[in-house]
Amino acid sequence: MTRRSSSEALAWGLFSAGGMVSALLVPVLLVLFGVVYPLVLVEPPLQSYLLTVLSNPFIRAALLVLCLLSLLHWAHRFRHTLNILFRVKRFSVPIGFLCYGAAAGGSIWATLVLFQ
Amino acid sequence: MSADPAPARHYRRPISPFWWLHRRSYLLFMLRELSSVFVAWFVVYLLLLVNAVHAGNDSYQSFLQWSGRAWVLLLNIVALAFVLLHAITWFNLAPKAMVIRMRGRRLPPRSVAAAHFAAWAVASAVVAWIVSGRP
Repeated sequence: MTRRSSSEALAWGLFSAGGMVSALLVPVLLVLFGVVYPLVLVEPPLQSYLLTVLSNPFIRAALLVLCLLSLLHWAHRFRHTLNILFRVKRFSVPIGFLCYGAAAGGSIWATLVLFQ
Repeated sequence: MSADPAPARHYRRPISPFWWLHRRSYLLFMLRELSSVFVAWFVVYLLLLVNAVHAGNDSYQSFLQWSGRAWVLLLNIVALAFVLLHAITWFNLAPKAMVIRMRGRRLPPRSVAAAHFAAWAVASAVVAWIVSGRP
């Protein structure tokens, strides 16, 4: 019982850390790379410049933290959303498994892409 | 035993799976919960971008072209709306999640929220400055 509640507290802590970093950083990145550059409202940065930015270990680490925490935030929130929508107890274990499994898979992919 | 009707306390009133469409506050709650899906989409999009940058200029140019396709653009605009909903509701809830005391007095909830919105503005400016490479 104690173990369950402490793992729930850990999941909630990571969820809120992910909620915070994604709220701080995702909107501006999505405005730039999702809307402004595709529509060429502003000339997109050169590939060589972005490569220089990505070669900075602090930037890579920051992006990795952003990816990992955002994925955990998604897993935790989406798990609860599905549980609320379906409200079937026997689905809650596979739903949790799928959500945290997808987040774990995404985290491995993020590490490989950022530190290739 | 099994033929007996279930005791009253075990009865669960059936609820429509679309209960959250019935009230504006429920709908907002559900949209806020769904915002996490678009946060996850952003991670995928960001990793595709980083991958393209690492792969060379040709890949980066084709990523830019792909990101200009109507459906990708539309998806990103919808994602942006959800991510903004997430950010605004998150910072507005922050004073409820954290009680900050200074000199024994509780900091007013409005100041806590305002500090979060200020941090958001600073973080966005710093990111835009780093990404664009221009002051």
